[in-house]
Amino acid sequence: MRLAATALALSLAFAFVNAKARDASGLSPFVIVNDAVPAALGGLKGDPARGRQIALDRRRGNCLICHAIPETGEPFPGEIGPSLAGVAARFSEGQIRLRLVDQSRLNPKTVMPSYYRIASFTDVAPEYRGKPVLDTQEIEDLVAYLGTLGK
Amino acid sequence: MKDLVKSLALIPILALPPSSASADPLPSGTTFQSTAIRAQQADEGANPGMLWVEAGAKLWGRTEGSAGKSCAACHGPAEQSMKGVAFRYPAVEPTTGHLLNLETRINLCRTKNQKAAPLAYESGELLGLAAFAARQSLGLPIGVRIDGAAAPFYEQGKAFFYRRRGQLNLSCAQCHVDNAGRKLRADTISHGLGNGYPTYRLEWQTVGSLHRRFRACLFGVRAVQYDFGAPDYLDLELYLASRAEGIAIETPAIRP
Repeated sequence: MRLAATALALSLAFAFVNAKARDASGLSPFVIVNDAVPAALGGLKGDPARGRQIALDRRRGNCLICHAIPETGEPFPGEIGPSLAGVAARFSEGQIRLRLVDQSRLNPKTVMPSYYRIASFTDVAPEYRGKPVLDTQEIEDLVAYLGTLGK
Repeated sequence: MKDLVKSLALIPILALPPSSASADPLPSGTTFQSTAIRAQQADEGANPGMLWVEAGAKLWGRTEGSAGKSCAACHGPAEQSMKGVAFRYPAVEPTTGHLLNLETRINLCRTKNQKAAPLAYESGELLGLAAFAARQSLGLPIGVRIDGAAAPFYEQGKAFFYRRRGQLNLSCAQCHVDNAGRKLRADTISHGLGNGYPTYRLEWQTVGSLHRRFRACLFGVRAVQYDFGAPDYLDLELYLASRAEGIAIETPAIRP
């Protein structure tokens, strides 16, 4: 019982810290430097193993619908975007983060969705309104996973 | 200078082709299918969509509604009267000025001429009648009117096609123009032409309408979906048909 109370207090404290790190939209603010977001969103640490699951999950990252990730061994990857093999050798962590957060900042006509943005969308289905495709932790987990590719 | 601006402004108008007929037709989505699917589609005995066509043929001869008429009572044998009809749709119905596709045209015939209740949009009966009617134009090239009364519907459909939407912020054109022919996971992105609808989709395990396909695309980009037969979808269907100019009707096609 006491343990449960402690856990509750801890999780409330954690939620408070998280809430403080976010702006009115519910998203953590971020700073773009050149073509990168150098700092981790919300100061969170990403987990590459979780990031790998998110990349493969068709309801979350769903990266394979457009990109090949040879490391996964998954057959029939999409070919809309470039292969992610060696992506960490081509881009810094911060560059990868901006490309996940909002690729349209780099190329307004991009076909790549903005995974951490809620503003300026049209006709969003009711269940997704006001929500980013991925949350703050999921972005950082994906950044951590993609950072393992190609080093 | 003013004259130059004026004459420059005229150029796009003069340069417009009379219709989209001048370009080579785009490839039908069937060309992107496996040999097995293409063979099954071409074989009337093996194409599961033909069950809906056969059901539509039976409905064609069935008396419906308080006027006591069947489709055949007015139209005669569909093999003659419906040949060359489907490839003109969607089209503007002159008395109301509404844009109608095959499904909504069939329902107008039911309510106005047969004095029968309209069929539910995605019902087997309406899909069957639409598939049966379209089948009579098998192999004939699509050629819809986009001028005159159809022009505003065409423009709205085109605007829909190019507008980004949904949480994934994608327009129809970003996939079906910019990336047509490329793989989206295991599937090849088609040019989005609709010349095989109603189509049997293995994913659905049934025949479905083009509007059902629209809803699936909008679901995929996490955008608002409209009702079957909604004006936005009819406009879009007309725009797709204009892109499909010169392509043969293949109803009922088979897709994964």
